[in-house]
Amino acid sequence: MTAGTSTRPALRPGAGPGHGNSGRTGALWLKLLPLAPAIALLGIFLAGPIIFSIYGSFTNAALTGKNAKDPQFIGFENYADLFRDPNFPQSLWLTVLFVFASAIVGQNLLGLGTALLMNKATKAIAAVVGVCVVAAWVLPEIVAAFVAYAFFFREGTLNQLTATVGIAPVDWLFEHPMLAIILANIWRGTAFSMMVYQAALNDVPQEISESAMIDGAGGALRLWYITLPMIRRSIATNLMLITLQTLAVFTLIYVMTAGGPSRRSATLPVMAYEEAFRYSNIGYGTAIAVVMILIGAVFSVVYIRLLKEK
Amino acid sequence: MSPTPAATPAPATAAATSSVPAPGRRPRPGLSVSSARRSASKTLANAVLILLGLCFLIPLSWLVLASLDPEAGYTTELPKTFTLDNFAAVLTPELAFVPLLNSLLLSAGAAALTVVAAVLAAYPLSRYQLRFNKPFLYAVLFGTCLPITAIMVPVYSLFVQLNLLDSLPATTFFMAATFLPMAIWMTKNFMDSVPISLEEAAWMDGASSMKALAHVVVPLMRPGLAVVFIFVFIQAWGNFFVPFILLLSSGKQPAAVSIFRFFGQYGTVAYGQLAAFSILYSIPVILLYVLVARGIGGSFAMAGAMKG
Repeated sequence: MTAGTSTRPALRPGAGPGHGNSGRTGALWLKLLPLAPAIALLGIFLAGPIIFSIYGSFTNAALTGKNAKDPQFIGFENYADLFRDPNFPQSLWLTVLFVFASAIVGQNLLGLGTALLMNKATKAIAAVVGVCVVAAWVLPEIVAAFVAYAFFFREGTLNQLTATVGIAPVDWLFEHPMLAIILANIWRGTAFSMMVYQAALNDVPQEISESAMIDGAGGALRLWYITLPMIRRSIATNLMLITLQTLAVFTLIYVMTAGGPSRRSATLPVMAYEEAFRYSNIGYGTAIAVVMILIGAVFSVVYIRLLKEK
Repeated sequence: MSPTPAATPAPATAAATSSVPAPGRRPRPGLSVSSARRSASKTLANAVLILLGLCFLIPLSWLVLASLDPEAGYTTELPKTFTLDNFAAVLTPELAFVPLLNSLLLSAGAAALTVVAAVLAAYPLSRYQLRFNKPFLYAVLFGTCLPITAIMVPVYSLFVQLNLLDSLPATTFFMAATFLPMAIWMTKNFMDSVPISLEEAAWMDGASSMKALAHVVVPLMRPGLAVVFIFVFIQAWGNFFVPFILLLSSGKQPAAVSIFRFFGQYGTVAYGQLAAFSILYSIPVILLYVLVARGIGGSFAMAGAMKG
């Protein structure tokens, strides 16, 4: 199925406003005119910066000093620096780890599990638990970040909980910064996957699952052979969307660990921010941004492909 | 927000678990066995869900308790005395009112701009079969995927070049642009469900397409547009990174940034006030979310939306 354009009944030629066959190009021009504000906004503020960033990544633009006023074209030097910089592979790896552990494994499986359990559970309980999960997601990101910080803080709630079963307190944000931000991101983002899967499971016809049950298929078999294949498109969609969202997570990490201690949780967004605004290497930060945009673009294209097929 | 609603059903289910024997044998396709199994698995599902819900709720309990505690720290504990002093302390023009007003201007402005641009753009995309539509819609879909965090460094340089840094209107326009792809998708889907026959009547009466849009289509899709508006508003209200980068003077910064500047950067130990302000700042979006939860839920069937 295509992007929805073919789903509407086609207008008969001449049925639309301003019909008449004279001046076809003029009519087309008029028809597209309402798109102008959207195209202007998207062009100036989204396409513009992306094109600008590709140029900017070839300059030595800086926040201050003479390079701020008059940046020089320096070719691939930023990229060469990037691949020489030992921090870059580390940040790339931390980003991959963060996305894989918190989104693809954490949010995705927990969201799917929660949605499946909700189908089985008592309606009222499912609704209340749904509110709890969504609450973490609805909060503004800075508030969620402060809450997560308080939770993992040395004197925070997590250590209070572990203390009740006799585990010595751990300074999560300093000793296990990646674990802390991964768990925080699972807490914050699972609601999205849960809602995607709730919507998908609603579309699975009850009869199919029931007839399989009468045939004697147990829960796990039914899930693997019937339910999951039927929602596979939603799974693919969800995986792509949460990957893209998690790739871009900045606030949560910045507030909780600021990428530290000693860069042990500096994912690419944090690294780009630090380079551009803390060390005022705008050109270098832009090169990192271009790498992120490229990674995002690859995932977007895969995602759009997935939607297109069928 | 309080942990009580999820906690209350717990004892009841625990009792139910013990009273229902777990079937150990393989189930035969008999009705009674199957229903016993079903109720056992229902109890198990309930128990696991309640546990999960608690895991999600416990971090939030700090926020609520600390906001009422005159001596709050990062520890979750029942306050010795409950007080609203924390709320009173943050309700000053400098701390709360100006940042919240800025948040309102930024979010409402971005939402209004987005809705207007999205309605206009959705009309030709929904109503005409043009060769241009498909590539445009794919470009828009691509735009919905872009990690906005990634483009903030180049956007900053662009704003420096255009002398737009620290401008509330420019930031509003940028925010509108970042939400526009998603808004166009949602609006087009809402518009697709408005029957075209009504407009055809208007065209017969000689109305132009823009007139038909304004007087026939838009009134019919008002609930959908409200969902788009609120959706953008919630996102803009909660956004931290964009205003953090683009707005420099504290008089222009929205609540998301002021809360960070005040409590994060200067290492203030006023945790109770932090929690109180966080709650004040979160309430509007929670209310709005409750208002449109159904409509936004529809956008989770993104794949469904593609099917049309």
